[in-house]
Amino acid sequence: MKQAEFLNVVMPFKDKLYRLAKRLLVSNEEAEDATQEILLKLWSKKKSMESYNNVEAFAMTMTKNFCLDRLKSKQASNLKLVHSNYGDEGSSSLQKQVEARDSLSWVEKIMDELPEQQKMVLQLRDVEQYEYEEIEELLGMKPTAIRVALSRARKTVREKLIQKHSYGIG
Amino acid sequence: MELDKVENLLEKYFDGASTVAEEESLREYFSRENIPAHLEQYAPMFQYFTVAKEERYTKKLALIQKPKGMVRNLYKWASVAAVTVFTIGLYFYNSTSEPVSLADEYTPEEIASAQEALALLAFNFNKGTEQLYHLEEFERNTNKFLTKE
Repeated sequence: MKQAEFLNVVMPFKDKLYRLAKRLLVSNEEAEDATQEILLKLWSKKKSMESYNNVEAFAMTMTKNFCLDRLKSKQASNLKLVHSNYGDEGSSSLQKQVEARDSLSWVEKIMDELPEQQKMVLQLRDVEQYEYEEIEELLGMKPTAIRVALSRARKTVREKLIQKHSYGIG
Repeated sequence: MELDKVENLLEKYFDGASTVAEEESLREYFSRENIPAHLEQYAPMFQYFTVAKEERYTKKLALIQKPKGMVRNLYKWASVAAVTVFTIGLYFYNSTSEPVSLADEYTPEEIASAQEALALLAFNFNKGTEQLYHLEEFERNTNKFLTKE
């Protein structure tokens, strides 16, 4: 497989890999590194890639496993993933401050607090709009478990959003 | 979309029972303006999902090709060359440092003066040990007194 061909296969879903990585790792830089790593791994397996019937699903599962491993090793060595996505720079510019107060970024923060499995299910279903069968394949979960996790995640987001709303944001 | 239909869909949505198409219509509904006040709280959720899907991986993809052919061979031959140079060096180093006799290294005068210096040292050293004998005698006598008491 040539490089151009490979890129044609990978291009449609590389953003999905990145978004899943970012959902799990939170930090932009970590997610970029993870995506790069996964794409390189795919590239090194390009010979066997034609035999996979669903390269996208395969890559998504790889990303999921890679990120979970990464999180585990960070926890094991007692390191927290540091991210500067909504850090000091926000306070410097008014525009950013307004954005940070925006209720959309609240949803993002609420999602960051969800357990990993719920995070992934919510990401795959509500952001990427995968069908249940695809999520089953990607995460290796039973359909009922997916439904339960999804329902819990959605309800948690709703509850927390209402809380923030009634206390006033800011 | 009618209000009761939206409410119905929302209920299904939070139970995890809605289809992708139904969720899409909810997204569409909440992306519009003038949402009724009691449903407004849901708007950020659906709006966020739409926004989150827009995020792109912007870093340039660098597919590094593994060092193949030329480069890898270069490393291999470089290591072979290094080992060869090392063994040759070791061989020559050993052959030049073979033991040599004193007569080859120094002149007779040098050897003679060294011998003289060593003899002087030995003589004076022996003088010192003779004095030690007296000291031993002295110690033996003092011990005699000490053990008596």
